[in-house]
Amino acid sequence: MSDPRREGEAERKARRGRNLALAIGLALFVLLVFVVTLVRLGGNVAQRPF
Amino acid sequence: MAMATAHPNVRTPARWQDYLQLLKPRVMSLVVFTAFTGLVCAGRPLHPVLAAVAILCIAVGAGASAALNMWYDADIDAKMRRTRGRPLPAGRVQGADALALGVVLSLFSVMLMGMALNWLAAGLLAFTILFYAVVYTAWLKRSTAQNIVIGGLAGSLPPVIGWAAAAGATPLNAWLLCAIIFMWTPPHFWALSLYASDDYARAGVPMMPVVAGARATRRQILIYSLLFAPLCVAPAFTGLGGAAYLAVSVLGGLVFLILAFRLHRSRAGESADPRTDDHGLYGVREGARDARNLFAFSILYLTLLFATLLVEHLAGWAPLELVR
Repeated sequence: MSDPRREGEAERKARRGRNLALAIGLALFVLLVFVVTLVRLGGNVAQRPF
Repeated sequence: MAMATAHPNVRTPARWQDYLQLLKPRVMSLVVFTAFTGLVCAGRPLHPVLAAVAILCIAVGAGASAALNMWYDADIDAKMRRTRGRPLPAGRVQGADALALGVVLSLFSVMLMGMALNWLAAGLLAFTILFYAVVYTAWLKRSTAQNIVIGGLAGSLPPVIGWAAAAGATPLNAWLLCAIIFMWTPPHFWALSLYASDDYARAGVPMMPVVAGARATRRQILIYSLLFAPLCVAPAFTGLGGAAYLAVSVLGGLVFLILAFRLHRSRAGESADPRTDDHGLYGVREGARDARNLFAFSILYLTLLFATLLVEHLAGWAPLELVR
C-alpha cells in the first residue's frame, strides 16, 4: 500500500479509478439484492392464502 | 508456495482494468453462454431478474476461480509467452490482492445464488470454483498429463448450474450437456498444446505433448474425438435437441472427425523450435496447421451446438422424439 502523500499523478489516477470501480460495484450489488428481494417477496405475497 | 515470491515488487500502479483482466473475461463469456443454454433448456418459467442474477452469479464465480488460478499460477504464467503479460507476472497487481478478489467474489456469487435462486445451484457453483482452484490449479495441473481431462469437469459444469438454477434439479439432459463439454476439452486443449508445447515445457507444466510426445497426443486426440462426435448427436435422441440440432451435430461432428484424422496423420507438434515459435495463438508454423485447424473448429463446433439448442428452445421448436 503506497503512501497517498507521496504518490505521483499516475498512482493517484489509478487509485481513484479503483475506488470508483469498487464504489460502483458495491452500489450495484446493494441494488441487486434489493431488486431480488422485491421479486422473491412479490412472488410469495401473490401466492399467499387469504 | 511459488506464487508468494513470484513478483515481490509491483512496478506500475494497478488500474481497475487489471482486476477485470484477472477474471478472464473471454473465458467468462463462454461460461455464460453455456450456462444460459442450460438455464433455457431447463424449460421452467423463471423471472427475468432471477435468470439474470443466476447468469451473473455463474459469471462472477467463473471470474473468481480465474483470479484464484492466476494467483496460484503466477510463477508458471511468468515463464510462458502466452501468459507473461497477465497482471500478476507483469507486476501490475499484487498476489494478495488477486487472492482477496478471488475469495470475496467466490463468497458473494455462491451466497447470492443460494439466496436468489436455490441452494442446489449454489452448491454446484461452489463445487465448480473449488474444483477449478484447488483440484485442477493447485494439484492436477502441475502433477499429471491428465490435468485438463479431469480438470475439464470445472468448465463442463456451467450448463448444469444454469439448469439447476432454473429447475432446482439436474436431470439426465443437463448432465449430457456437461458430458459434451467434458469430452470436448481434451481434443481442444491438446490441439492447442501441440503448437504451444515448448511454452508449457519451459514452465514445467506436464501437458500431454511434453510428457508423452506429439504422436501419442495426436492419437489421444483422435480417440477422444471418436467418442466426442457421437456424444454430440445424443441430445437429438433424448428429447433435448430438434431437427436443426441433429443436422448441426452430425455435419459438424463429421468435420470434427475429418480434422482429427488429418491431425493424426500429420506431424504436428514434432518440429517445435522455440526460437521461431513466436506466432501467437492462431498464427502457427506450417507443420502445426492441422492442430490449429482442429483447435479453431472445436470452438466453432461447440458454439454452434449450444447456439442451436438455445435457438430451438427459445423459438419453441419441438425436440425430436426418436427414442421413447
